[in-house]
Amino acid sequence: MLIALRQISKVYHMEEVDVPALQGVSTNIAAGEFVAIMGHSGSGKSTLLNLLGCLDRPDSGTYLLDGCEVDRLGSDALAAIRNRKIGFVFQNFNLLPRTTALENVELPLYYGPKISSAERHDRARTLLIRLGLKDRLGHHPGQLSGGQQQRVAIARALVNQPPLILADEPTGNLDSRSADDIMALFQELNREGITIVMVTHEPDIARFAKRVIQMKDGKIV
Amino acid sequence: MTGIITLKIAMRALIRNKARSLLTALGIIIGIAAVIAVVAVGQGASVTMQKQINSMGNNLLIIFPGSQKAGGFHGGAGTQQTLTAEDGEAILKECPLVRAMTPLVRSGAQCIYRENDWATSVQGVDVSYQEVRGWDVASGSFFTDSDVRSASRVCVIGKTVAEQLFQGEDPVNQTIRIKNMPFRVMGVMTSKGSAAWGQDQDDTIIAPYTTVRRVLQNSAFNNVSQLMLSLISMDILPQAKEEISQILRQRHRLNASTDNDFTLTDMTEVTQMITQVSSLMTMLLTVIASISLVVGGIGIMNIMLVAVSERTREIGLRLAIGARRRDILMQFLAEAVALSGAGGLIGIALGISTANIIARINHWPVMVSPGAVLIALTFSAGVGIFFGFYPAWRAARLNPIESLRRE
Ligand SMILES: Nc1ncnc2c1ncn2[C@@H]1O[C@H](COP(=O)(O)OP(=O)(O)OP(=O)(O)O)[C@@H](O)[C@H]1O
Ligand SMILES: [Mg+2]
Repeated sequence: MLIALRQISKVYHMEEVDVPALQGVSTNIAAGEFVAIMGHSGSGKSTLLNLLGCLDRPDSGTYLLDGCEVDRLGSDALAAIRNRKIGFVFQNFNLLPRTTALENVELPLYYGPKISSAERHDRARTLLIRLGLKDRLGHHPGQLSGGQQQRVAIARALVNQPPLILADEPTGNLDSRSADDIMALFQELNREGITIVMVTHEPDIARFAKRVIQMKDGKIV
Repeated sequence: MTGIITLKIAMRALIRNKARSLLTALGIIIGIAAVIAVVAVGQGASVTMQKQINSMGNNLLIIFPGSQKAGGFHGGAGTQQTLTAEDGEAILKECPLVRAMTPLVRSGAQCIYRENDWATSVQGVDVSYQEVRGWDVASGSFFTDSDVRSASRVCVIGKTVAEQLFQGEDPVNQTIRIKNMPFRVMGVMTSKGSAAWGQDQDDTIIAPYTTVRRVLQNSAFNNVSQLMLSLISMDILPQAKEEISQILRQRHRLNASTDNDFTLTDMTEVTQMITQVSSLMTMLLTVIASISLVVGGIGIMNIMLVAVSERTREIGLRLAIGARRRDILMQFLAEAVALSGAGGLIGIALGISTANIIARINHWPVMVSPGAVLIALTFSAGVGIFFGFYPAWRAARLNPIESLRRE
């Protein structure tokens, strides 16, 4: 099992009320799966994905990632896991503005094991070329289309060769053609063995996944 | 991330906002430039003054007639001209702390050589004047003991007088007229430049004091304007003053209740004054520098807080892709230090060029001490660390999820 969740709960404490975002979620995701998480707005999809991405900690329950009990780890160890085991893809791309596509893709390499700048350029360039952005290496995000920006973001997620990609509504800001392109890319990556967990509202997008997890009111149904 | 890469990334972030970075660093730039410039000019001035004081003579101690309490050195005491060349000789003989002595009498005079004339002062002195003042002849020779004894009409002249009267001709062995009396020029002194109070020390004629007294002042008295002594060392100054006072009091038959009828003056007071002024200036500068550095630092803190809130999403992203909190802290700290450090460097360059311009205008030497530059650089970097820490700490504490959600 790449991911094993046991009775995960998360409550957000507001001034007056407590908002239970996750209520005893348990599930397994094997290596090589392509999972779509669906559900109504506010059902806890993003909260779950953030926990999977080690950006947040559950209030209770255990989370095993690759056999490692991550909720016991310190913040530096979690940072290392995010760097090496997980690639994030966001709805709004989150590329650094006024920074070239190449530099954006290189970014995670600065926080990993030391490598030469030549190797850094090399790995980023190879990935961008593979994703069809050969002529866009020096472009800033503002000079790229939405689909191209998302491909740069995916290259960034892949640059450290993580086993797991987490994507929160990766096609939410794209037209349907670009969305289909991105999904085709995900399927290709998944065929190569990368595990993908993706949050989406759209059944059309969820179709691309091998398995769908439905959420409702902080629970898996 | 290595330090160099961090700093490089920081520099790039600053260059991205050129105008803002420059304006922010301006406080540091101006503060550092002001300090470097004023220190450089001040040290140059103080070295010049010290040089001028040293040019007065070797371990110089001057005795004026009249008591200080009687109101000034000369005024009021003018009626009781009590100091004689014999007093000086007695001091030289009885006090082993005195190495050389010359009496000095002054007279202003109009001098003429052919059609050139020049008004200057004539100093009547003994042969040892050379040693007391540490002043050599550049060409020709000084007058001799026998010239002094026989009150011959000979003289040596300062460089300014030589230029004014002879205008390129060799003055040695020529005859000039001082107050219409012929004097043979035996030599020309080396140049001493201007004194601490700006007077041209080379604008003078030096003659035997016996001659000046008899021929130029037409005086029957033995009095001198001052006695100039050269001590064996400045360390024994207080002891020498004491011994000399005793000798003079004895010779002048002053009883215990009478004040001195002479005044001992040395250059330590002037030196002390210079030291005092320069340490006061240093203190003032430190205050100005501290204020400008603090003001500059607050500017940096302010702009770094703005940068952190502008780049919240970037911080969230960096955390998501594996940056540790420490990496974020270092990134923003490096930006603050790069900002203040670059400000310091620009300030140093600006300060040095300003000092050079001031020096060029005023003909002072500039002394840019490496120490001051190093301290300036250290302090500006320190300001970056101190005032950059809080914004950097805030950046490092951000929650990645909330940061990523920020518009
Ligand atoms: N930082 C927060 N503070 C308080 N409540 C929060 C916070 N984040 C999420 N919540 C609440 O937790 C619940 C789950 O939120 P979550 O973002 O996981 O929903 P979602 O399924 O991703 O919804 P959407 O489809 O709209 O993105 C919601 O009720 C939301 O209001
Ligand atoms: Mg969501």
